[in-house]
Amino acid sequence: MQMTRKPSDITTDAKSGEVLHHEGEFIINMGPQHPATHGVLHLKIWLEGETIKKIEPHLGYIHRGIEKMCERLSYRQFIFSTSRMDYLSAHINNQACALAVEKALGLEVPPRAKAIRIILAELTRIASHELWWACSGLDLGGVTPFFYAFREREAINDIMEETCGARLTQNFIVPGGVMSDLHHNFQKRVKRVLTQIKDNLHEYDEILTGNIIFQNRLKEVGYLSREDAISYGCTGPAARGSGLSCDIRKLYPYDGYEKLDFDEIIFNEGDCWARYRVRMAEILQSVHIIEQLIDSIPDGEFQAKTKNVIKLPKGQFYQRVETARGELGVFIVSDGAATPYRCKFRSPNFSNLSAIPQMAQGAKIGDLVAIMATVDLVIPDIDR
Amino acid sequence: MTKEELKYKLGEISREAAFDETGEFLNVIIPSPELLPLIKPLRLNKEFYFDYLFCITCVDWKDYLSMVYHLTSTLHRHTCVVQATITDVHCPQIESVSGIWKTAELNENEIYDLFGVTFLNHPNLRRLFLGDQWKGYPLRKDYTDEHMILL
Repeated sequence: MQMTRKPSDITTDAKSGEVLHHEGEFIINMGPQHPATHGVLHLKIWLEGETIKKIEPHLGYIHRGIEKMCERLSYRQFIFSTSRMDYLSAHINNQACALAVEKALGLEVPPRAKAIRIILAELTRIASHELWWACSGLDLGGVTPFFYAFREREAINDIMEETCGARLTQNFIVPGGVMSDLHHNFQKRVKRVLTQIKDNLHEYDEILTGNIIFQNRLKEVGYLSREDAISYGCTGPAARGSGLSCDIRKLYPYDGYEKLDFDEIIFNEGDCWARYRVRMAEILQSVHIIEQLIDSIPDGEFQAKTKNVIKLPKGQFYQRVETARGELGVFIVSDGAATPYRCKFRSPNFSNLSAIPQMAQGAKIGDLVAIMATVDLVIPDIDR
Repeated sequence: MTKEELKYKLGEISREAAFDETGEFLNVIIPSPELLPLIKPLRLNKEFYFDYLFCITCVDWKDYLSMVYHLTSTLHRHTCVVQATITDVHCPQIESVSGIWKTAELNENEIYDLFGVTFLNHPNLRRLFLGDQWKGYPLRKDYTDEHMILL
């Protein structure tokens, strides 16, 4: 962290005359290289003593222009670039793009592919929440949770490696279904992982959830009201902790979520503790979803027949899915060619980030780390 | 509200609105000066109550720009898309909606950065990703620079 102390009363910008800061104010640059920001997030923070007055995010350290790249990539290729956005929900990002293309083509996906997609998406969600849990512990001063959560996360990554050939950026879901059939070990290993998670989840509660120091760091910190969550466009666990029902799997079901039995987890407190409990409960819900499917994956094709060169009809298509962090929207404008005319990714982290200044208003600087931990930002998804 | 009801009610608010019902959502196409007179009642009227701006973006159609607002209501669960057409591509300007939905503030910074659309009455308009020294607006169709590789 770089700290600057200004001696004069009011410092103004030499060119524009704009007031930069008042006496007694500190300006701290948190990031872009800071362990608690999980990547290259740069927050400019105005402080009075320890209290946060204002936060301004400065972005672009990992901006790759994915939306511009997509305009030159075919509908089969552009999906792969989305794995690099929210790399912890790579499967679900791919699924969103594949669904957008299928919606535009009016393509029906075989039931086997749908089941495989849901299982993989829920495994991804569990793995992502495991990483979030591990890192929240790490951010708030406990190293041990990291090793606990990575037992299960490693097991899930091993399954991904076996079936998809990659551990992080899987690129397994393609328009029409999935890229290849499941590995013959898949069902056995998934069941083993589910048992392992259910057996070990009580350890998570013992080490972190029940820890009084941890609870005090989260309770009544980073309050976000339901109205603000709506106004800032928050989604995912960050909004569901504020009592906003926004689970896309429930509201706008896709790929057969409507046939499955699971609960949308909502807490009304709006603080970091509520967001923490939403995610912990979601792990169990994901386990529950996979259990319903794993023994009854339908037989048949894993991919529908598509043309070699996919051309979408003229028009505008919007598809949303629920990633581990909230609503990912894929907005494709097609002019009938083999590449998108314009492709916009409405990323959940971008909106959730914009709510952080509101959550941290009047909080102490130490609380900001707790807020960022429970919002669970992934920076490449913000910058795209 | 269904698509037809929305279309009827919106037609009453804005005389210049054109409608496109081919897609999944109802598209309302208006000229850019008409944006605030249309979008304020959409947010404030209890019967519309579009309180959730879930996607805001811009599309460059070469001879005009189109601002696209995806709106939904957490109360009624209906959705509509407002498209404001900006005809002046050399100096595009439109009113900011950040006073109505707070999420617009950061999103409009992104659009200003990548499309060069100036948002009037925006509290803090700045280039979000690329920095002040960057020349041009990369998501515009006529953008080129020496590093760009065309396949």
